[in-house]
Amino acid sequence: MDIAFKVNGEARQVGVPQTASLLEVLRNHLGLMGTRYGCGLEQCGCCMVLVDGEPAYACTREVGTVAGRNVTTIEGLGSQAKPHPLQQAFLDEQAGQCGYCLSGILISAKALLDRTPNPTRAEVVAALDKHLCRCGAHQRILRAVERAAVKLRNAPVGARRAT
Amino acid sequence: MTAPALPASLVENPRLDRWIAFQPDRTVRIATGKVEIGQGVVTAIGQIAADELDLPLDRVAVLSGSTTYGPDELYTTSSLSIMVSGGSVRLVCAEVRAKALERAALRLNCSPDDLTVADGQFLQNGQATGQDYWTVAGEIDLSQAVTGSVKPKPAASYKLVGQSVPRIDLPAKVSGAAYLHDVLPADVLHARTLRQPSRGATLAALDEAAIRRAAKGELQIVREANFVAFVSPVESVAEAAAAAAPQHVKWNNVRRIEPAAQEAAWLKGQPAEDRRLGAPEPATKPKRLVEITVSRPYVAHASMGPSCALAEFRDGNLSVRSHGQGMHPLRKNLSVALGLPIERITADHLHGPGCYGHNGADDAALDASLIAMKIPGRCIRLQWRREEEFGFEPVGPAMLVTLHVDLDERGRPADWTTEIWSATHVQRPGGGSGYLLATEALANPPPEVKPTDPPVERGGGGTRNAIPLYDVPAHRILHHLVQRPPVRTSALRGLGALPNVYAVESMMDELASRAGEDPVAYRLSILSEPRARKLIELVAQRSNWKARGPAGTGKGLGIGFARYKNSAAYAAVVASVTVSESVAVDRVWCVADAGLVVNPDGARNQLEGGIIQALSWTLKEQVKLDSEGIASRDWDSYPILRFSEVPDIHAELVDGAGNPSLGVGECSVGPTAAAVGNAVAYALGVRIHDMPLSRERIMAALLKV
Ligand code: FES
Ligand code: FES
Repeated sequence: MDIAFKVNGEARQVGVPQTASLLEVLRNHLGLMGTRYGCGLEQCGCCMVLVDGEPAYACTREVGTVAGRNVTTIEGLGSQAKPHPLQQAFLDEQAGQCGYCLSGILISAKALLDRTPNPTRAEVVAALDKHLCRCGAHQRILRAVERAAVKLRNAPVGARRAT
Repeated sequence: MTAPALPASLVENPRLDRWIAFQPDRTVRIATGKVEIGQGVVTAIGQIAADELDLPLDRVAVLSGSTTYGPDELYTTSSLSIMVSGGSVRLVCAEVRAKALERAALRLNCSPDDLTVADGQFLQNGQATGQDYWTVAGEIDLSQAVTGSVKPKPAASYKLVGQSVPRIDLPAKVSGAAYLHDVLPADVLHARTLRQPSRGATLAALDEAAIRRAAKGELQIVREANFVAFVSPVESVAEAAAAAAPQHVKWNNVRRIEPAAQEAAWLKGQPAEDRRLGAPEPATKPKRLVEITVSRPYVAHASMGPSCALAEFRDGNLSVRSHGQGMHPLRKNLSVALGLPIERITADHLHGPGCYGHNGADDAALDASLIAMKIPGRCIRLQWRREEEFGFEPVGPAMLVTLHVDLDERGRPADWTTEIWSATHVQRPGGGSGYLLATEALANPPPEVKPTDPPVERGGGGTRNAIPLYDVPAHRILHHLVQRPPVRTSALRGLGALPNVYAVESMMDELASRAGEDPVAYRLSILSEPRARKLIELVAQRSNWKARGPAGTGKGLGIGFARYKNSAAYAAVVASVTVSESVAVDRVWCVADAGLVVNPDGARNQLEGGIIQALSWTLKEQVKLDSEGIASRDWDSYPILRFSEVPDIHAELVDGAGNPSLGVGECSVGPTAAAVGNAVAYALGVRIHDMPLSRERIMAALLKV
């Protein structure tokens, strides 16, 4: 039986077992490589996606549980040509070194700003604390999320919900 | 005027076409043997080339880590990329620019001096001439050897060098596929390995049927001697096989380890090769001897992504894609390991997660190649599992450092001995220092290599930064190179610099306190290097050192300083900490002098990253061992610094434009560890000598107060 769900607003169907990990389906079946494998253990956050707007570890999430739901990956935020304000803010702050952790972090930041458009530093830290970054880009990442928050608050209402 | 000596990279790769090519789309391809590992080198090399050729950055395409087109610059290590590769690219571009202008001048019947270059076009009296790099490219013989005779531009004329140009690789990395890990050819086969538990272990039995049952899908089991891999068109099938395999295998001759070996203290008394470097033994007995011993345990690179490689063996040729730190060395090592002529192998670098030294990336390339040779015509994508990454990558060696310092009557060091116990820091494959991991599992494993330490003149390994930059009349190193550590050790960012700087700077604070002097003032009293003095004064200013308050209050500032390798960038760091049951670092100030900085924001990013990584090592990290090897195989058992633990960081570079570029990537780690150690000692009133400065150690220290 195919499993049907929406990814980045588009209806998709995959013929895989219910128990297949969402991460493997996104990467190997749907070609969305921005969601990354780091540990497979819910310990690093590299694989973070949104399921109906809530952050979820794709590495352990069985794809059967997202049937009929909306999944958002980093590709759903924006592209190199048309970056989301969060992605742009990360570029403006040069927030990253190797960058491997960034797509998961951007996803958690998106969930935070959707719910809390004007977060305190402590709220940003709390939202990102499940993410690891080995390169030590933390400071820049925090600044980038705050920069994006300002930009998004000042953006016209329609542009704010760019997913 | 004779040309100055060429950088090593140009001596080894003299042909101009190894470095530069004019491409039909009006771009210039600049090749470097150094690779992008998140440090921004591709952007910085582009900046250097663009300035030297008078091109905008977008006309320069930097190709890094190609064995087919690019130069062999060994590994990307030791903060040498800008100094060596950048310096080489600068000379090559200056020479090629001159050759191009010569050709154009011939065509235009003028002198090359009459021509200027703008956006790659040649102008005469400011007017277009119709000539540019690409019109004359065919007439320039790039197969010639570089001479180094054309003087590069003066630093004052740089347009891009010295600017914080945004990283050219970052946009892809925040929006989707960007890494080797993300390359998935259509008919790819996924592979995982079952690792030989230790060198010499032999496979006694493998229950393939049980593994197949666990894998639940199409599975090929590849075996060669003691090397085993699971291959499937479905990634999760290969993964499930590898996850189940340890329960269905029997090994003989597995090396057993004493659990105590995980502590640095274990090193003392182990068989070691002893060396004495520097000043002869003092003639007289010490009068005012001060001794201090510090240690650091085994530390993991702990890359965020596990090692990965793609390999394909087709028509007798092997092509490999890797995120290792040197593609030419990889190609040579693969040739030896596989018995395949080197001309039949290509290796290309694709970006990977940060590695911070020698991790499993090269080993994964051999794993993938071994499998590819068994399944010709198919692209193999091999990825290590998380526990494999933690369990089998080489780790940064534990170190024990004792300083014996004899003081003069003014309380200043008169004679200084640094005694070091450490396993080797250099087992990068090739060159006799190490080999690719899976070769140990093959039929004829290479003989065990004799541990080595790089010469002190080249920066040393365990001895790195053992010699303080302070004015010390007599200094010597006693180096005990421990022969048989419990785990494979190799290069981790900074090598021995962190423990050695921790030791030197702890000693400085001890000596200052004995002399009843302020640690900053004490340091300045025995430091004549002007660049070093300036940084210490500046970081004291920035951190408002004067107002640091009394000791023993649970809060404190501490300072650390070093010049990395005593030859690369200088960094002075002050940390502010609050210690209750554990250490919280509240703020860190860092000032560094890296000479001419190609990309200031990129360099600051490196300083910040080094600070955070060093904080993580100093406060939290230790590789744990059990009787079979590394036991800390996930992020719960190997915690690193989190967002909630990262302090406010102020990193700053002083204007060093008058001086040559100095490698910056590793300069902040030693001073950061030292600053934290000293801050904690000040806050507690008692020093903690052993890293990590964990809760248990704080509690133990508090009992002593
Ligand atoms: S890969 Fe999912 S949390 Fe690490
Ligand atoms: S930027 Fe490398 S892990 Fe975060």
